[in-house]
Amino acid sequence: MTSAIDVRGITKIYNPNSNHPVKALDNISLTINDNEFFTLLGPSGCGKTTLLRLIAGFEQVSGGEIMLFGDEIENLEPNRRPVNTVFQHYALFPHMTVAANVAFGLERLKKPKDEIETTVNRVLTLVKMKHLGDRYPNQLSGGQQQRVALARALAPSPKVLLLDEPLSALDLKLRQAMREELKQLQKETGITFVFVTHDQEEALAMSDRIAVMSDGEVQQIGRPTDIYEHPVNRFVADFIGDTNFIDGEIVSLNDDLVSCRVGSHSMFEAENSGGHKIGDKVTLFLRPEKINLSAVGETSSSDCRPGKVANIVYLGNQAAYTLDMGDGIEMTAQARPREDGKLPFELGDPLSIGFSARALRVLAQ
Amino acid sequence: MSDWLPKSAAGKRWLGLAPSYLIIGIFMLVPMVIMGVFSFLEPNPYGGVKPEGSLAAYVKLFFEYDLEDNLVFNPGYINIIFRSFQLSIGATLMCLIFGFPVAYYITLQPESKRNFYIYLITIPFWTNLLIRTFAWIIILGRGGVIEAPLLAAGIIEDSLRMMYTDGAIAIGLTYSYLPLMVLPIYASLEKLDFRLLEAASDLYANRFEIMTKVVIPLCKPGIIAGCLLVFIPCLGAFIAPNLLGGGKKLMLGSLVQFQFASARNWPFGAALSMLLLAVVVIVLVFYARSAKNRAAMEGGA
Repeated sequence: MTSAIDVRGITKIYNPNSNHPVKALDNISLTINDNEFFTLLGPSGCGKTTLLRLIAGFEQVSGGEIMLFGDEIENLEPNRRPVNTVFQHYALFPHMTVAANVAFGLERLKKPKDEIETTVNRVLTLVKMKHLGDRYPNQLSGGQQQRVALARALAPSPKVLLLDEPLSALDLKLRQAMREELKQLQKETGITFVFVTHDQEEALAMSDRIAVMSDGEVQQIGRPTDIYEHPVNRFVADFIGDTNFIDGEIVSLNDDLVSCRVGSHSMFEAENSGGHKIGDKVTLFLRPEKINLSAVGETSSSDCRPGKVANIVYLGNQAAYTLDMGDGIEMTAQARPREDGKLPFELGDPLSIGFSARALRVLAQ
Repeated sequence: MSDWLPKSAAGKRWLGLAPSYLIIGIFMLVPMVIMGVFSFLEPNPYGGVKPEGSLAAYVKLFFEYDLEDNLVFNPGYINIIFRSFQLSIGATLMCLIFGFPVAYYITLQPESKRNFYIYLITIPFWTNLLIRTFAWIIILGRGGVIEAPLLAAGIIEDSLRMMYTDGAIAIGLTYSYLPLMVLPIYASLEKLDFRLLEAASDLYANRFEIMTKVVIPLCKPGIIAGCLLVFIPCLGAFIAPNLLGGGKKLMLGSLVQFQFASARNWPFGAALSMLLLAVVVIVLVFYARSAKNRAAMEGGA
């Protein structure tokens, strides 16, 4: 597989000569494959937007190299890099019509007139905005402006499309619809997308691969399922999805399982991911949806532990239950409302809490 | 409550606006009407006007009487009007060429510094324009600040004769009205979304294209306002033409001033003022129309 972008040991320091240099990126290396939907995911301030701006050329690297299909680009001006950006706040030219906005890049590249016209029509059709080509940006809704920004960036057929939190200004319904459209668009055009977001749900839904970043470093790179099911550290596990963390100490282990003591006397078994030894302090993590709740006596599985409902947060399609399992251990689990709309358990109900040792994973502390 | 106060909202609005209407009326409309009336009267050779109607002032703009009392075309005043336009347009262009980069530079500064720079721009207004124009005589004059070192170094042997030329007038006008160009351009550049510049460069625009395709079109209102603020007073200026043009190179403004102060032909001075007013009104009408078109074109839905 060819690599579209190769980031090699990139460091970015803001105000390097001042009294307060700020290290935004620290020796980042990653490879983005051709025709891939790649997401940079992380909380604000993690450096994901800085990395995108370095690839686009709006910022200068402090060290390292950026390769675009084998060509070194980190010292080129933005207008010499065959990549285009969809900006967070769209940055449409307010004095130009939609069609003129889309044609802007093609005109700068000195394409022939008829080719520009054909391409503008094609990309505007692609984003379903052809009928509004004569409008000005401030006559459009946020979602429509978003589509124009997308069309404008796609029109010059960039080698890589950079998207800087493009959906963050849209309302929820539109955002969800645009997710699928973006994914679809990436498949149709075959252009590599580099997508920056802080929304983990968005990242999981759209990406081929995700790089989770924090504090200017890449924490983990992998497919959405890898990141969700096998996070490499507590930060990734915590940032992606809801998680129960249980701190404990390994007291025994075999090839398959480790046994941990948690609290004063509780024991948990978890999958052995390798590299652990007896006496290690570890964090176990368990996704709430992997926990089965049942009323006491309903199941007779020996895996079940007793507990009671300490808190309920109703979310419509489900309810989040906080469970008090004794010995100072609390966990969150989910349950669907019954068919008549009532919740299956009430506050204070005693429960039997079941989960498989395979669902519990060990994170080094 | 007082019975004499108006009850309706419209009436109250009128009452509130009355002081400003009064000031505009007394200090702007009344003098203008007086000038208009004067332009249709006979001049009094000792100053002022005689209360006799006459179109002589307007005739004099274009014609004169030859020795046999025939009315013949006289291009003299037309030439002065033409020259005034040339010099005013020239000065406006110079102000734009020097003022735009200054405004742009200030916009690029950190916010804390910008106000200081703007403050510096306004410093010339602290001193009288007359005195500042006199300074240019010292700079441009024979053996002045520019010539003296060149003469001493032997680079030139004779005076450059910079004073009392159209160039000197244009320099004086440019200097006088430069801040009036910088301030409105700065005001519109300050509102410019600099992310648009990034977007343009991302879409393969080079620095020149970023300027011509994005920055200048977006701050066009500021540029037009600045040009009007410079062009209009330039047309009516008389200090720079009188001092730096030596009174021989007349402009419309100095001609008007001459009619009232020296030639004692008030009706002719008034007629010239009316002409000047007409030109300014025409320019402003065009400006208003283009602004309206722009608003209609880019207006929000």
